[in-house]
Amino acid sequence: MKLTLKIWRQKDARAKGSFVTYHMDNVSPEMSFLEMMDALNKKLVEEDKDPVAFDHDCREGICGSCGMYINGHPHGPVPGVTTCHLSMRYFNDGDTIWVEPWRAKPFPVIRDLIVDRSAFDKIQVAGGFISVNAGAAPEANSIPVRKKNADEAFDSAICIGCGACVAACKNASAMLFVSAKISQFALLPQGRVEAKDRVRAMVEKMDELGFGNCSNTGACEAACPKKIKLTNIARLNREYYKAY
Amino acid sequence: MNKILFSSISKKFVMALAGLFLIVFLPVHLSINLMLLKPDPEPFNRAAHFMATFPLVKIVEVILILAILVHISWGIYLQIQNWLARPQGYVVKIKTRTSFFSRFMIWTGASVLTFLIIHFTNFYFIRLGLVEGNPENFYGVAHSLFKIPAYNYIYLVCFILLGLHLYHAFSSAFQTLGLNHRLWTPVVKVVALIYAIVIPLGFAVISITIWQFR
Repeated sequence: MKLTLKIWRQKDARAKGSFVTYHMDNVSPEMSFLEMMDALNKKLVEEDKDPVAFDHDCREGICGSCGMYINGHPHGPVPGVTTCHLSMRYFNDGDTIWVEPWRAKPFPVIRDLIVDRSAFDKIQVAGGFISVNAGAAPEANSIPVRKKNADEAFDSAICIGCGACVAACKNASAMLFVSAKISQFALLPQGRVEAKDRVRAMVEKMDELGFGNCSNTGACEAACPKKIKLTNIARLNREYYKAY
Repeated sequence: MNKILFSSISKKFVMALAGLFLIVFLPVHLSINLMLLKPDPEPFNRAAHFMATFPLVKIVEVILILAILVHISWGIYLQIQNWLARPQGYVVKIKTRTSFFSRFMIWTGASVLTFLIIHFTNFYFIRLGLVEGNPENFYGVAHSLFKIPAYNYIYLVCFILLGLHLYHAFSSAFQTLGLNHRLWTPVVKVVALIYAIVIPLGFAVISITIWQFR
């Protein structure tokens, strides 16, 4: 395939970025989007030019590192996949592909397509954990958990914190991320102990960092590569009301 | 305390409650307006007089005005925060599938506010004594307004936009209050659709009937 890439290039956080056009020949439909980006970078290095900076790590769709805004879609146009799992077979020969970084005030651009997502870490540190006494691991079945709750908690826990929800939301709201982290604990007996403190602290931190407010558009759910459900946000709201 | 009152979730909670109150008020308003279709002005004027003087209604009126003010001011405040949360936008517009009308809430809301200002000038401010007119003959005022074609056009456009606002608002309020249910949320969405069509249609039918047939 022959492709035209319009990629956002920005030297550092302070620099004013712009789009740079690259032409790629011989892109195989079997490549992943990141492999195509690797090929582009190889070409740029060979031409003695600066390669495009982008985040990536596991390339298995579980680490949440990769994230590009491709043709108006976080992680590209295919639902339920991360950028690393996005196959080039979904594009056509001759396509022009626009690639931008996540855009949100709490996610400043560090360089090119890399944004600083430590805002999510700060929200997690505020309360996204359970406090346990260190020691021998307790017997797993000593606290009974309803199967339905265990399943829902797991479905929330698979959030990889990639930030696609924030990127897709017209308000740059982090409610889907926070609600997933709240839900994974709120549904389990171990998490209930600190539920009130957790939800207060995480929501307070989320607001403090400058994320927007949820207006129930559902864009986050549609863009989430892990298909985290909007029902989590309703649960977050309930947990918040219960905490006061 | 400020952190609780002004947290993102609390602000939305207040927005939802105020919005739901307004949603309940609209059918009451419509049922009174239906009396405008009677050739006799007496029932409508009596109803308007009752709404203006009965003590219990006066209390609800204060809550209603508060609900309107809170809903508008919090709505604008939240929207400004939302705009500030993305200082630099995307070059390619977001194409992710969303609830369509939710994207324009601030604009459909702004058009409803524009109508509300016209509406208050024509009726409510007369009753408060801020604008000259006879508060005991709102039937006559309404009929003379509906005879003006331009007023009808503005009226109809605003009510179509109100319908779009209500469609998202209705189900969104439940989600904000934490009420999302596997079985009941789809039902709420259907009720929201019916409500968003029936209420504006009711108001529109009254205006068109008086404009064209009276």
